Amino acid sequence: MKTEHDILIVGAGPAGMAAAVQLADLGFAPLVIDEQAMPGGQIWRASEGPRSDAVRRALGPEYAEGADRVARFRLSGVDYMPGTRLWHIEPGFQVFMSRDETAFSRRYRAVLLATGAQERPVPVPGWTLPGVMTVGAAQILLKTSAQIPEAPVWIAGSGPLPLLYMRQLLALGGQVAGFLDTTPKGQASRVLPHAMAALRGRGDLIKGVKWLRQLRATGLPWLRGVRDVQALGQDRIEAVRYTAADGRVHEQSAQVLLLHEGVVPSIHTTLAMNCEHDWSEAQGCFIPRTDERGMTSVDGLFLAGDGAGIGGALAAEERGRIAALGIAGRLGQDAPAAHLHAAHAGLARRLASRPVIDALYPPSEAQIPDETVICRCEELTAGDIRVAARLHRGGPNQVKAYTRCGMGPCQGRQCGYSVNRILSEEYGQSRAETGFFRIRPPLKPVTLGELAALEEGREAP
Amino acid sequence: MFKQLTDPKEPGFQVFVDGMAVSARPGDTVAAVLLRTPPHLARHTPVRESPRAPFCLMGVCFDCLATVDDQTSVQTCLVEARPGMRIERPRGKLKVAQ
Repeated sequence: MKTEHDILIVGAGPAGMAAAVQLADLGFAPLVIDEQAMPGGQIWRASEGPRSDAVRRALGPEYAEGADRVARFRLSGVDYMPGTRLWHIEPGFQVFMSRDETAFSRRYRAVLLATGAQERPVPVPGWTLPGVMTVGAAQILLKTSAQIPEAPVWIAGSGPLPLLYMRQLLALGGQVAGFLDTTPKGQASRVLPHAMAALRGRGDLIKGVKWLRQLRATGLPWLRGVRDVQALGQDRIEAVRYTAADGRVHEQSAQVLLLHEGVVPSIHTTLAMNCEHDWSEAQGCFIPRTDERGMTSVDGLFLAGDGAGIGGALAAEERGRIAALGIAGRLGQDAPAAHLHAAHAGLARRLASRPVIDALYPPSEAQIPDETVICRCEELTAGDIRVAARLHRGGPNQVKAYTRCGMGPCQGRQCGYSVNRILSEEYGQSRAETGFFRIRPPLKPVTLGELAALEEGREAP
Repeated sequence: MFKQLTDPKEPGFQVFVDGMAVSARPGDTVAAVLLRTPPHLARHTPVRESPRAPFCLMGVCFDCLATVDDQTSVQTCLVEARPGMRIERPRGKLKVAQ
């Protein structure tokens, strides 16, 4: 592996891999780093792993596509460093990373962030209890370890992922105790205005309707219009409580509860770099601003994939190709305009059905109960944040300073949007006005030993 | 809490969770192993000593932090299990070695 590269790609998911392959085709030699042990990102996680036919069938054709993409990425011969954490970027770009407990720093002319998305945190009472996880987490366990819950699971939330996971779980003999569907009733009528635009992406929608039919046919207990989901228990979840559409409160024993309310872009790195972000009403999250070549408001810092707005794996690949062409142009090698047009046309096609999905599954706007822990690290509740807001009238950073909310190891990845929401409600202002925590390095925990041994230009282990 | 659907013929190896031998397979993350090893926890938090299990499995919640081969606060969902690995589940605040 070379020790000097002009271009760094952070993340080996659909966007990072597509960008790397495109750059290699154009004669560039980027370095790709990734936190995971294997390429593929979360969507195609462990694509190269051993797997039984039954699990392969259950994961389905969209997942199977990942093996082909990972193979193409490997064939491109691009330098790839798995198990590597990015923890700081200085303007210019001096980039700080760690691998195998060793920190190192290198300089790049262009950086592409292809760091994807995370599940939107779903703060409900009891969500810190062991036995409560995200739907995405359960699906990752299926991909990496062919692992399913032993007992029937409760699934609460909204969005395409719970539907996909339930299909996969049922196909493998797993059991669903009940699907607590929190999608507000009457969403279909809100979706109609988007239907025409979505016709171009109808493949996705037809697939979705097929999933819905198949799931209904299994007869799984599917409760619609559910709200106020809670996990109850002492040292682990023992029961789930919820309010049904008719207003009655139910309590049922539970061993595993999986939560999901869509995904949001990973914005910690772009926030730390002071990139411009816009609040997306449709996706209920901040999205870093990018130009038609995928460059953020920071010169030379590019962004591709779900980190640039949720669009799914195939849109992420198109964004990866667009950013690769942008980077090539910036380093003095303009690709034919037709390439960029083709990638943009591809992106538009891949995003055509997204407005329908966004409108079908809007993020919850229900008030977070006072007793709910919102900062999982520092164990602070929504009530703690409201008290701090009423006493100090400060923004997210003041609240952080007063309460320690967002100062733990996750650095606000789990509580940031809850603080944003609570303060917006308290002050009667928009989510954009409230803003997010100021994000500072290190983006990931680094040991003192790693810092002490840090030398500029040090070779990666 | 979770079970593996693997072929029993598939070769595995041993790791040690708080000294107890547990079987793992290639591709398993340490967090995946913890989720099928009773009592299915990763740690007790330093703040209130509340029990926590791996939650997000994609490196953004930090609830799966444990000590792996003497390295403290490792995100176990990002680390693959390897033969002979020693995993300790922290209880409360970490002590500084004497």
